[in-house]
Amino acid sequence: MSDGPAIDVRGLTKIFSGRTVVDNVDLKIPEGQICGFLGPNGSGKTTTLRLICGLLIPDGGEGEVLGLDLLRDRHRIKEQIGYMTQKFGLFGDLTIRENLEFIARVYGLDRRGERVDAALERLGLETRSDQLAGKLSGGWKQRLALAACVLHEPRILLLDEPTAGVDPQARREFWDQIHQLAREGMTVLVSTHYMDEAERCHEIAYIAYGVMLVRGTADEVVAQSGLHALSGEGKGADRLAAEIEGLPGVEMAVPFGTTLHVCGTDPDKLRAAVEPWKERFRWREAEPTLEDVFIHMMRNAHDNSVIERP
Amino acid sequence: MYERIKAMIFKEMHQVSRDRGTLAMMFLMPVIQLLIFGYAINNDPRHLPLAVEANDNSAFTRTIVSALRNTTYFEVEEIVRSPGQGERLIEEGKVQFVVTIPPDFSRDLVRGQRPQLLVTADATDPSATGNAISAIGEAVNSGLRHDLIGPLGQGPPQSAPVDIVIHRNYNPEGITAYNIVPGVLAIILSMSMVLVTSLAVTREVEQGTMENLLATPLRPFEVMVGKIVPYFIIGIVQMFVALAAAALLFHVPFTGPILLMVLSTLIFIAVSLALGFTISTMADNQLQAMYVSVFYMIPSILLSGFAFPFRGMPLWAQWLAEILPMTHFLRLVRGIMLKGWNLSLALPEMGVLLLMLLVLTVVAVRRYQDTIA
Ligand SMILES: Nc1ncnc2c1ncn2[C@@H]1O[C@H](COP(=O)(O)OP(=O)(O)O)[C@@H](O)[C@H]1O
Ligand SMILES: [Mg+2]
Repeated sequence: MSDGPAIDVRGLTKIFSGRTVVDNVDLKIPEGQICGFLGPNGSGKTTTLRLICGLLIPDGGEGEVLGLDLLRDRHRIKEQIGYMTQKFGLFGDLTIRENLEFIARVYGLDRRGERVDAALERLGLETRSDQLAGKLSGGWKQRLALAACVLHEPRILLLDEPTAGVDPQARREFWDQIHQLAREGMTVLVSTHYMDEAERCHEIAYIAYGVMLVRGTADEVVAQSGLHALSGEGKGADRLAAEIEGLPGVEMAVPFGTTLHVCGTDPDKLRAAVEPWKERFRWREAEPTLEDVFIHMMRNAHDNSVIERP
Repeated sequence: MYERIKAMIFKEMHQVSRDRGTLAMMFLMPVIQLLIFGYAINNDPRHLPLAVEANDNSAFTRTIVSALRNTTYFEVEEIVRSPGQGERLIEEGKVQFVVTIPPDFSRDLVRGQRPQLLVTADATDPSATGNAISAIGEAVNSGLRHDLIGPLGQGPPQSAPVDIVIHRNYNPEGITAYNIVPGVLAIILSMSMVLVTSLAVTREVEQGTMENLLATPLRPFEVMVGKIVPYFIIGIVQMFVALAAAALLFHVPFTGPILLMVLSTLIFIAVSLALGFTISTMADNQLQAMYVSVFYMIPSILLSGFAFPFRGMPLWAQWLAEILPMTHFLRLVRGIMLKGWNLSLALPEMGVLLLMLLVLTVVAVRRYQDTIA
């Protein structure tokens, strides 16, 4: 059991009122790995996380979580998973300490007082432990939520957009903590929209409209995309974006400060497209970014989130 | 500015039109209630159940029965022959009136000795008995007068051949507070118990905390009990306050065992909580839960026999009232407080409440799953 992957699900499918929201998703995450879960809004990230932690019953598929059967052992799986919901899920009308004590009780932890004190100390909230959780700022809420879902020392951590709306400093600290937990053996599946966070993951899984499009390390994902990029430098290059984007072979043209980043799947067409501006700007081969890759994949995926009406 | 207001109105209308449950309730609730109360409420109830205890087996019994029937105030349910049987029927709540014909009634009547006719009324609900009682004397006397003119007649009868003696049981002075106080207890309890618990689950779902709860090892039944217990305690406090008020402020006589009263109330609190929780698992949001609770409360108040005489309602309304926990609780409270019911008399009504509790708990537990959506 300890050798196998922490999460191993195959063909996971969830249908909400006739619409397939998660479509035949495979996901395998070795123990101690951090897997970044990306995809546009409404693509089924939250639903997939809920399926894995037993909050939803899949309509199809099978799998094991920590060696336990996803369908039959939901209760035992719940005991070993920490799930941080997208929306702040602790009780705003309880104090910080009361919230942690509640969680400690729910999981039937021993040495409750000690554990809660330790968690408060790690959080740096000892002095504010009697403050209502609802009164905390976004960053603190997120820290408290993380503290609450690792209180019972789960072996798997599912984080649903944990850093949305949190400042860069807090995000950095948060990710340092995630890596620390992974080093201690915790397996982490974290959904995010931030590219820098995606790059901090051991592996990335990209899902669009319920379909898993690509999995692998950040480099692998970029390499697999078959995307090529050029970057043009020079005064006014950024102004060209709108003009260039419509040309054949150019899928995207994105200004970055004074440089223009263009990409497409056919390198020859791409070069041909920028030909007219060869003199004015300096063009060179560039690496497509993760963002390029994701937008490219999203555009090519079939959007089934809008129900066709007759 | 007007454009913005208009846009706002359209937006709201769109939102409401998508919230089917609330929409249905907003339109159906007033309609259904109008229908129910428009037909159900009757301040001059008729066809009240009555028994005749005929200790004198004579032809006059038939005259009295048909005279009573002709008033349309009474439904003669039973004619019993042994002394004391009528009293028992009242105690059990089977009838509301008993007309007792004494042993030597026909002899005295024929001799013109003005025999007594005893009318016993269950006056726990005073408003139900007033008009009916005054109709008895008139009807019986004119019926018998007609008989006496015939072959048995001895000249012109006196103005009133029988002396009607009225005996109001349980609430001899017809004090309304005796009736109101137990009713208010029932209302307070169902109001707070049903309404508060009905919001319990929907609030969690709306605030997003339910997802967190369900991701922990907490089982649905545990969540349910955990949410219900605090309210159960509140209910007990409310019960004692109401009972103390009944005794100290209104001097309601506690003729039955107080322990039985407490036990019945505990069962009623449990039923209300289970009902609230069931509502909670069915409502999509707090507003819906609130609507459903109110929708339950209003008929409870009006049909249970609290606001209007139970027997004054048409049969279908009485059947409807039978499925309201409050109807049974009200009978229990009145029976125990005013009629001095013991356990065996209270058992049938308690049984109904316990059955409701069982059904509601099963529904709530089955509805409330440990998954979302
Ligand atoms: N409980 C539900 N009932 C019906 N549809 C749902 C439910 N939960 C999510 N969906 C739909 O499933 C799709 C995927 O949602 P979600 O998993 O939350 O996406 P993401 O987290 O990637 O933004 C969305 O279109 C959403 O509307
Ligand atoms: Mg989501």
